Amino acid sequence: MSEISPAEWTAILLSLRVAIIATLVATPFGIALAWLLARRDFWGKSLLDAIVHLPLVLPPVVTGYLLLLTFGRRGLVGGFLADHLGIVFSFRWTGAALACGVMSFPLLVRPMRLSIEAIDRRLEQAAETLGAAPWKVFFTVTLPLALPGVLAGMVLGFAKAIGEFGATITFVSNIPGETQTISSAIYSLIQTPDGDAAAGRLVIVSIVLALGALIAAEWFARRATARLHGN
Amino acid sequence: MLQVDIEKQLGEFSLSATFTGEGRVIGLFGASGAGKTSLVNMIAGLLRPDRGTIVIDGETVDDTAAGLHVPTWRRRIGYVFQDARLFPHLDVAQNLDYGRQMNRLAPDPAQHKRVIDLLDIGALQGRRPGKLSGGERQRVALGRALLSKPRLLLLDEPLGALDEGRKLEILPYLVRLRDEANVPMVYVSHDAAELRQLATQIVMLKQGRVTSFGGVKVLA
Repeated sequence: MSEISPAEWTAILLSLRVAIIATLVATPFGIALAWLLARRDFWGKSLLDAIVHLPLVLPPVVTGYLLLLTFGRRGLVGGFLADHLGIVFSFRWTGAALACGVMSFPLLVRPMRLSIEAIDRRLEQAAETLGAAPWKVFFTVTLPLALPGVLAGMVLGFAKAIGEFGATITFVSNIPGETQTISSAIYSLIQTPDGDAAAGRLVIVSIVLALGALIAAEWFARRATARLHGN
Repeated sequence: MLQVDIEKQLGEFSLSATFTGEGRVIGLFGASGAGKTSLVNMIAGLLRPDRGTIVIDGETVDDTAAGLHVPTWRRRIGYVFQDARLFPHLDVAQNLDYGRQMNRLAPDPAQHKRVIDLLDIGALQGRRPGKLSGGERQRVALGRALLSKPRLLLLDEPLGALDEGRKLEILPYLVRLRDEANVPMVYVSHDAAELRQLATQIVMLKQGRVTSFGGVKVLA
C-alpha cells in the first residue's frame, strides 16, 4: 500500500481537530452531569439520564436531523447563535464537532459517573471536618480521586467522536476540507472506482486510533483502582 | 465548652441527649447502637438535630428554633474516625497539611513539629496511606485533625478497628495528647477500661438516652 495522500491527511487532521474540540468542550459538562447523576437525587433524574443516553440508541441519522432542525441556520438555537454571536454550525467543521460531541457524550459521561460513584463519601465528610467548603471538597478530593475515570471518559468519548459518521454527515454533509472526516472520506472513497487503496489506508488509521483509545482507557481504569487503594 | 441539648429521630430509633461538658476529655460511653456516633455526627454538623441546640466553645452552632445550622466546614472541629479516612491520593505530609490549607492558616512550624513528635509520625511523611499499618494510619489521622487547629476534637472509637496489641500501642499517644495538646476532646467508646484511662468526665448513653453523667466513677 502506498503513502497517505494530502487529501487523506486533510481528512485525518480534520477528524482529529473535530474530535479533540468535541471532547474538550464536552468534558466540563460531562463532569458536572456525572457528578449530578452520581451524587444528587432530584425530580426528573431518570429522565435526564435517559436523555443523555438517547444518542446511543437513536439512529444517528435522527440525531443528525434533530441537530439540523435545532442548530441549522434556520433552527431555533442555530438562528439565534448565528445572528447574535456569529457562531455558525451548519456545513462547518464546528457543526461536525457539535454532532460528534453529542454522539459521544453518553460514552464520555459513563466512566466519569462510575468513578465518582466509587469514591467513598466518608472521605468527603472527612475533608469537610477539616474545614473544606463543598467546592473545595470537590476540587481537592472528589475530582482528583475521579481523575482516572474522567480521563478514561475523555479517551472513550474521543474515540467515539473520531469515528462518528451518521449524525455528522446528516447535519453538516461531506465537504472535503471542511466537514469530511475520516469516516465520511471512507464512505466517499468506497463509492469511487479505484478508491479502495485510499479507503484501506484510512481504515487502518481508524483501527489504530480506536485500539489506542481502548488501551488508554483500560490503563486509566487500572490507575483508578490503584489510586483508590492508596498505593 | 460543649453544651448539647438535642432530639433526633432516626427511623425507629429516637435520640435525646442533654449535657454540658466541662472536662478536658468527655467520654461518651455506651453499647453499640446507643446513638454515640449519631450524637458525635451532630456535634460535627454532619447530621442535623430535629430539635435543640449545640454550643461549642461559646458559639452556638445549632439552634433549630432560630433555624441556625453552621455547616461542618465552618465549625473548626477535628474529627478522628474509627477508619482513619486518610486521603488515598495524598501522601502523609499532604494529609497532615490539608486542614491548615483549607482553613487558610499560616504555617506554624513549631506546632507542626510538636504534633509530629507527639505522635511519632515524622518517619512516615513521604508514604501513601495504603502503605501504613492500622496503628500508623490512626496516628496520622490524629495528627491531621490536630494540625487543623480545632477548638474541639471528636474521636469516634479511634481504637475500634485495631487489635489489642495495636490499641496498647496507640493508647499512650492519646494520654499524651490529652495532657499536652490542650484541645478539649469528646471521646466515644464502648470500652470502659479505655475511658477510665482517658476521660475526665463521662456521659453514659443507653438506647438514645443519657442515663448517667459525671466523673469516671459512673463507669463502675
